[in-house]
Amino acid sequence: MKYGGTLAALAGHFALMSLFAMGGANSAVPEMHRLAVEVEHWMSDRQFTNIFALAQVTPGPNVIVVTLIGYHVAGLAGALVTTFAMCGPTCVVAFYVGQIWERFKEAPWRNTIQSGLLPISIGLVAASAFVVASVTAHNFVAVTVIAVTALVSYATRLNPLWIFAAAALLGLVGLI
Amino acid sequence: MSETLSASTSASPPASSPPIPSLFEVFCAFALISLCGFGGVLAWSRRMLVEERKWMSPEEFNDAYALCQFLPGPNVVNLSVVFGRRIRGVIGAIVALAGLIGPPFLIVTLVSLAYARFGELAALQRMLIGVAAAAAGLVMGTCAKMARPLFKDRFAVTPLIALATFATVGVLRWPLHWALALLVPLSIAVAWCRQARARP
Repeated sequence: MKYGGTLAALAGHFALMSLFAMGGANSAVPEMHRLAVEVEHWMSDRQFTNIFALAQVTPGPNVIVVTLIGYHVAGLAGALVTTFAMCGPTCVVAFYVGQIWERFKEAPWRNTIQSGLLPISIGLVAASAFVVASVTAHNFVAVTVIAVTALVSYATRLNPLWIFAAAALLGLVGLI
Repeated sequence: MSETLSASTSASPPASSPPIPSLFEVFCAFALISLCGFGGVLAWSRRMLVEERKWMSPEEFNDAYALCQFLPGPNVVNLSVVFGRRIRGVIGAIVALAGLIGPPFLIVTLVSLAYARFGELAALQRMLIGVAAAAAGLVMGTCAKMARPLFKDRFAVTPLIALATFATVGVLRWPLHWALALLVPLSIAVAWCRQARARP
């Protein structure tokens, strides 16, 4: 009974969240953290950050972080339920809106909505960075790693995997 | 229907309209996009769909991507559905989505299994702390890139809306739907006023 309740909670939370995730999966990270850590107490701050880190070093779209959360909470069934909940509703929306969109190519309101949503998604991505950074930035080296990665990824086109590898090494030797 | 066909052919003048890819080709293309993309899948999807396979013209891709950013939910997931629907309807959308999500789902499940078994190892924990710090920096860098055009124009309200979104969701930890219910209509109204003013 408790297990079924957990699956239902996963499905409900993530289906609702997916419909509000403007600007991609990364912008929903604060909401994932709020639900998984603060509301449902499924995991600790540290566990959430670990899962986020695992998702970053795993190939695939960023949305795959929800699969890891689902697995942590309720095993394989949890992973399946969470992934479907996160992708299902928005896919149905995308399918039908895709049809309408082509018809209103030149409509001015299309542009209005787009430029109205841009600052929102930027704010959400900034919030994601803040949530993860506030858990990890606990000493000087960690803050430096965050700042250097931000600068390098802003200014260059270096593959982030190199930075991840270097950061993992710094962590391994105990500097972070 | 004939309308969209003529529109798409006129958008890409020189290319003889590419053959409609088979479902298997679509599945493989999205599986490759998915497995290549560490961190961000957008660059890979453009490369695959526009440059390598030539299934979309650059204009068609930009238009489809603009739509997918405007839609809620994961952008690349939306892109796979929009693309699959265009070429093969429902079944095309399902196959493209399965290609995108299936392989990483399997990998991530294996990773989870390994993490459940070895996650408590101190060495792994320490490495993940390092990666998480770098990942936070990466998201900041991406955010700064996205925000660049926002600060170029002198219209000060738009950055303020981004700031308000950041503060309510990131710092005050409001539930996402409440924050958006407040800020999305506000932001669209601002964009509307601004465009109305820009018109002569």
